[in-house]
Amino acid sequence: MFRLEPRASAPLLWQVVTPLLAVLATIIVGGALFAAMGFDPVASIRTIFWDPLFGPASGYSRPQLLVKAGPLILIASGLALGFRAGIWNIGAEGQYIIGAISGAAVALAAYPLEAHWIFPAMILAGAAGGWAWGMIPAMLRNWFGASEILVSLMLVYVAQRIAAWMAFGPMKNPEGFNFPGSRNLQQYESASNPELIANSGLHWGGVAAVLALAATWFIMSRHILGFHIRTAGAAPRAARFAGVRPERLVALCLGVSGALAGLAGLFEVAGPGGQITESFGSGYGFTAIIVAFLGRLHPLGILLAGLLLALTYIGGELAQMMLNLPAATVQVFQGMLLFFLLGFDVLTRYRIRRRA
Amino acid sequence: MTNVFQAEGLGKTYPGVRANDDVSFTVSAGEIHALLGENGAGKSTLVKMIYGLVRPDEGRMLLLDAPYAPHDPKAARAAGVAMVFQHFSLFEALTVAENIALGMENPPPRAELSRRIAELSQGYGLPLNPARRIATLSAGERQRVEILRCLLQNPRLLIMDEPTSVLTPQEAEILFATLRQLAEAGTAILYISHKLEEIRSHCDRATILRQGKVMGTVNPRTHSARELAAMMVGAEMRVVDRSGRKPGAPVLEVRNLSLPSGDGMALKDVALTLRSGEILGIGGVAGNGQEELLSALSGEAPTAPGTVTLEGKDLSRAGPELRRRAGLLAVPEDRLGHTAVPEFSLTENTLLTGTSRQGLARHGLIDRKAATDFARQVIQSFDVRTPGPATAAGALSGGNLQKFVIGREVLSHPRVLVVNQPTWGVDAGAAASIRQALLDLAAEGAGVIVISQDLDELLELSDRFCALNQGRLSNPHPTDGLTIDEIGLMLGGAHGMEVAHVQA
Repeated sequence: MFRLEPRASAPLLWQVVTPLLAVLATIIVGGALFAAMGFDPVASIRTIFWDPLFGPASGYSRPQLLVKAGPLILIASGLALGFRAGIWNIGAEGQYIIGAISGAAVALAAYPLEAHWIFPAMILAGAAGGWAWGMIPAMLRNWFGASEILVSLMLVYVAQRIAAWMAFGPMKNPEGFNFPGSRNLQQYESASNPELIANSGLHWGGVAAVLALAATWFIMSRHILGFHIRTAGAAPRAARFAGVRPERLVALCLGVSGALAGLAGLFEVAGPGGQITESFGSGYGFTAIIVAFLGRLHPLGILLAGLLLALTYIGGELAQMMLNLPAATVQVFQGMLLFFLLGFDVLTRYRIRRRA
Repeated sequence: MTNVFQAEGLGKTYPGVRANDDVSFTVSAGEIHALLGENGAGKSTLVKMIYGLVRPDEGRMLLLDAPYAPHDPKAARAAGVAMVFQHFSLFEALTVAENIALGMENPPPRAELSRRIAELSQGYGLPLNPARRIATLSAGERQRVEILRCLLQNPRLLIMDEPTSVLTPQEAEILFATLRQLAEAGTAILYISHKLEEIRSHCDRATILRQGKVMGTVNPRTHSARELAAMMVGAEMRVVDRSGRKPGAPVLEVRNLSLPSGDGMALKDVALTLRSGEILGIGGVAGNGQEELLSALSGEAPTAPGTVTLEGKDLSRAGPELRRRAGLLAVPEDRLGHTAVPEFSLTENTLLTGTSRQGLARHGLIDRKAATDFARQVIQSFDVRTPGPATAAGALSGGNLQKFVIGREVLSHPRVLVVNQPTWGVDAGAAASIRQALLDLAAEGAGVIVISQDLDELLELSDRFCALNQGRLSNPHPTDGLTIDEIGLMLGGAHGMEVAHVQA
């Protein structure tokens, strides 16, 4: 028999090793799953993890890596702030959608005017929209003690309905032959978020993601605010004793993570997405939760985890096309990753001992 | 006298710690035998081995001259060993009889059990109504329930773990009378404590542990408290220096301070005046509003305007940080998770309260070097035994962490320092240096409020003494000339315990 014995402290080595173990276990179990479904496990895994980067079609798929990783990292860096403080924003997906709608509204109102102020104004509107959507659970928690987990999650579905309403109603493209969906912002120069370097996949969202990582790193490790956030997460009573006002931290963390998710939505709608459609939300807001945890809530880890999860998106699509793997493959993979990560996390806090 | 319990060469090693080393001693029938030692001396490990919670690595135990090696507490109880823990395990919503029935292997019918409880409790001078709900009982009465639960098993050896830490002096006297009566009936009692005076007056023999080893078994009545302490600590204890006290102008005024009860005790109309250079002691049994009073003073629980005034400045609505800037500093009781974050390094823990007064951050930017220097300064001035400022706070022993936490505030030059249980769970050496630091702080002109359950500590430190009872603060009395009995009446005034009839 084995038993778990608590460790005195979480060793750094295990904090780095467990995410790698989780990835490995996901690959093995995922491969077994594919084999059970009658697919060649080695070919499937290679198609998902290797081919997007180095396979025959990598010329197309490689730029996609930054396109997908950008919003994931941008959202996750904001979520990590709150998660460090024990404030659980599960609704980044909703803030992402509302940010995109707010930013697109500015562009659609200005259309067809061409001016330099339009794109910056969209950025502000996108951030403000996400911030406002994040402040709803913050205020409800501060005023009524409502769980921000439930409220933020449920607001995702509200945001999705608003996106559908916009696509069919107020934002519908008047020249769109009555198809649902807004004008395509990629074709509106002042409002578009183009690729900055040809064939790199890098757009302003990627730049914003790097800036967000740098800013959160600075706040968490150098600024007293980051210290207060970590204290609130590690020992809430000590934080209050230090003078931290919990309500303020809730508003700050939900507001900032909402604003960053809103920004991610704005960059997506003005760039790769192009238009507000009924199904604008594509799950980045949920996947970013996995990115944040897989990255250990640390900026460097979030960068790597964001790239890895982006890879599963691209590889999953590729496997769908090449091998006819089901579309749910990506979600199964991402789900397994979080599951194994949380499971292996036991090892950072406990050691396994053989019972005498 | 016959030996009831005998330990021969008991040893137990935990990773990195030799908790017990070659421990041998005997407990005879009819004696109250004290187990004396600092925190970390190995008392709990030893008791856990006797009660079957831990198995020894070496040595053996004998109970009534038969080999005794319990696998678990159940086996220990079956063999005739019973234990009353420091922390009670009682269901508040159930009655006395129901709680006792829950702990029994084969409880008799309820009426029969109630009869036996009433009989036993009368016989031992521990009056208890079996039908009363635990929630309505005082700490002393709850302890009686635990004791009765043990007595129903007719134990040969009864282990008491720091039983008086939750009792008023009067309640403690009742307890000792009961223990004496039990001993005379032939029960062996192993009494764990670090309160020297009570061991000297009530125990027949004392086995002293230091660093896991037996220092000797003595008759505590023939040794002074200082001699016992010296055996316990290994060196002569430092005597605190109370000289140079001249109370000056009032620094802190508390008026009409009330705080509704959240989870704990409501504060009712508390008033006090603290002068500079003075130490005010606040005594009381735990749970009578101590934590609430501290958080009202620290700023964690703001109160109505005009209730807390520091040198003419109304701080009632100010949070902890503003109060710190004004010079009102506080040290709550709980080291782990309240005054310090266990996962954080000592350097990071200085940021918790030292940021403004020590200038550890400029425009919100943390000055890591300043924080490390300050942590080092605390470690040096307060003799904190640790590898260095990068050590996690949780890795320090209770005494060392407490020295660090107190040092952090004392070195921040408070105008008023409020501390709750400054030496709770701290070994005698560290306790003496913490007390001296508080005295020195007062001698330099600061006002100090010490909230404590340790009466000896309060009498040693404070110029004036008052008691906190049911959320009300009594009028202060000058400490000089106050007797333990008077204090007991102040503490227990409104306790409403059922009167005990102890047969002399």
